[in-house]
Amino acid sequence: MTTVPPPLPYRVAGTWAETADTRSVELVPAGRELAPFAPGQFAMVYAFGVGEVPVSASALRGRHGGLVHTVRAVGAVSTALYRLGVGDTVGLSGPYGVGWDLAAAAGHDVLVIAGGIGLAPLRPVVHAVLDRPGAYGRLAVLVGARTPADLVYRDEIDGWRGPARVEVTVDRPGPGWRGAVGVVTSLLDRLSLRPERTCALLCGPEVMMRHTTRDLLGRGLPPQRVQVSLERNMRCATGHCGHCQLGPLLLCRDGPVVAYDRVAPLLQVREL
Amino acid sequence: MSTDTGTNSSPPAGSGGLVMGKDGMSALVDVLIARGFTVVGPTVRDGAIVLAELRSADELPYGWGVELEAGHYRLRERPDGAAFANAAGPQSWKRFLHPPRVRQWSADRVEGELVLTAGEAPPPRYAFLGVRPCDLRAIAVQDRVLTGGAYRDGGYAERRSGALLIVVECTEPGATCFCVSMGTGPAAGPGYDLAMTEVADEAGHRFWVRGGSPEGAEILAELPARPADPGTRETARAGVTAAADRMGRTMPEADLRELMAGTLDAPRWDDVAGRCLTCGNCTMVCPTCFCTTTEDTTDLTGDHAERWRLWDSCFDLDFSLLHGGPVRATTRSRYRQWMTHKLGTWYDQFGSSGCVGCGRCIVWCPVGIDITEEAAALDDWTRSGKPAPAPREGSGPP
Repeated sequence: MTTVPPPLPYRVAGTWAETADTRSVELVPAGRELAPFAPGQFAMVYAFGVGEVPVSASALRGRHGGLVHTVRAVGAVSTALYRLGVGDTVGLSGPYGVGWDLAAAAGHDVLVIAGGIGLAPLRPVVHAVLDRPGAYGRLAVLVGARTPADLVYRDEIDGWRGPARVEVTVDRPGPGWRGAVGVVTSLLDRLSLRPERTCALLCGPEVMMRHTTRDLLGRGLPPQRVQVSLERNMRCATGHCGHCQLGPLLLCRDGPVVAYDRVAPLLQVREL
Repeated sequence: MSTDTGTNSSPPAGSGGLVMGKDGMSALVDVLIARGFTVVGPTVRDGAIVLAELRSADELPYGWGVELEAGHYRLRERPDGAAFANAAGPQSWKRFLHPPRVRQWSADRVEGELVLTAGEAPPPRYAFLGVRPCDLRAIAVQDRVLTGGAYRDGGYAERRSGALLIVVECTEPGATCFCVSMGTGPAAGPGYDLAMTEVADEAGHRFWVRGGSPEGAEILAELPARPADPGTRETARAGVTAAADRMGRTMPEADLRELMAGTLDAPRWDDVAGRCLTCGNCTMVCPTCFCTTTEDTTDLTGDHAERWRLWDSCFDLDFSLLHGGPVRATTRSRYRQWMTHKLGTWYDQFGSSGCVGCGRCIVWCPVGIDITEEAAALDDWTRSGKPAPAPREGSGPP
């Protein structure tokens, strides 16, 4: 049992734009270091005087050896994090929560399906699978975004082609877009899915995950081999504030990644 | 129904306990203060029995009872002069163990560096005088929530480990009480340092006192008390036994956890949503509701910031706010969250019920919503085969 400590100071080693409203920030410890993060786990990131938000690690080891977080400027804290510059300091605590069950995916085809910035917590999965190709079957990455301009990690995604099957779709194409248009589930038709040996990992808007899972189950994937990363308001990340409840679950503690068979009935209840 | 965090226990056989008069109670407060405790107990203030720091036992609500009903609380004078013949007031011990505002840490910019410092002054050592059995259980429930998981709320743990708990068993339940249904009272369960039962009859006003811990026994030894006579013990026990039969409310005889899980789509939620004002009073007065939010502040220099933790309520629209809007936008979903959490999903999260049957949420609801009545309605609906809602008559709620 750990007593909840104050966050540790971390310094911004690098920051770069992903899209017009989204940036990635690489953080290195200014003193003591947090325990290592696993793919899918998250940190509470504190912007001085503004507040703290949960952010999943989008890379476990950046260019400077630090932890990378990708933030979209939507509220006061995320906007403050979006505006960080190299050398600035934030408070960081974690790692929190249950990440992706990669042990369950070992030996299986890995199907990564992301909507928008939902690719952030899944990127460390792609890195992990690419690092140990022998440990997994085929890797496929399906990405959906609102517009081509909303695609995060665009260059890096292109680099995954080859070792991984990569498919990208957008809701609204712009000039010069020659890829797929439509919801991310439409990309499933392009794969030769082997449901009996596939593990699917999903992150994106809840409605996208519901529809995608329905499609996957329809194609014969068992629900316990679909993992989803869920999002709720979080104030503490330590199971004490009560905000992240989803029925019986405290998502900071029992999630954010949960097997679909566990949450399927909960996601059917409106406003649970 | 019973819960699994403990069972009611009679005092151990053979330990007859001691008996003392009002002078003993006065001495108890003096001894506690002399030992360095901050003594907190019930006292009359603003037309209610509140919990406040006591300087002397004279401040106890001698001669005051309460009249409780849904949305109704009144003080009533008692001719017998009893101090503890009154059921739960608006406050609970969580105000002291899990305070409404806590500074968690502070942050300073010192020559470009961020310095983060853990935030609280060491707490006083509390002696809680007059903990009712239901509230004793509530403290145990909050212990599990705040210190029983992977992470421990260090401030809570420190306040709690220093606290001395002096239980007074219930002999005068209110019309809104249902501790028997929840298995938490009216007799004292485990976990106290001292337990008392108050007797005020023709034989005099006295307290039957038993030690529950070495420290409790040590304090008891300093009081002007004599071995309890069988008459006092029997009268005290009979008072507690009789109280169990005088509960004003009962929960339905159903597995409440299953009832909650199986009624998420019940039409009754629409009915209660027509009455609930989402004011959050029930969550503020509930002795187990633990939810908090955070507030970050900076001073005028901009170089000093603080993180404060404040009580929050699941009835607040902001509580479930995500970037797209609140997850629970309707009153229906927020009342359902509160009640199903309290009686149902609390088991999944923390291994016990979140309700101790104190009745405060019923009393302090401005429109008198009664959790036992709502549970009974859900139970009726389940037993009658979960019929679809009938077309509504009239326009407003009953």
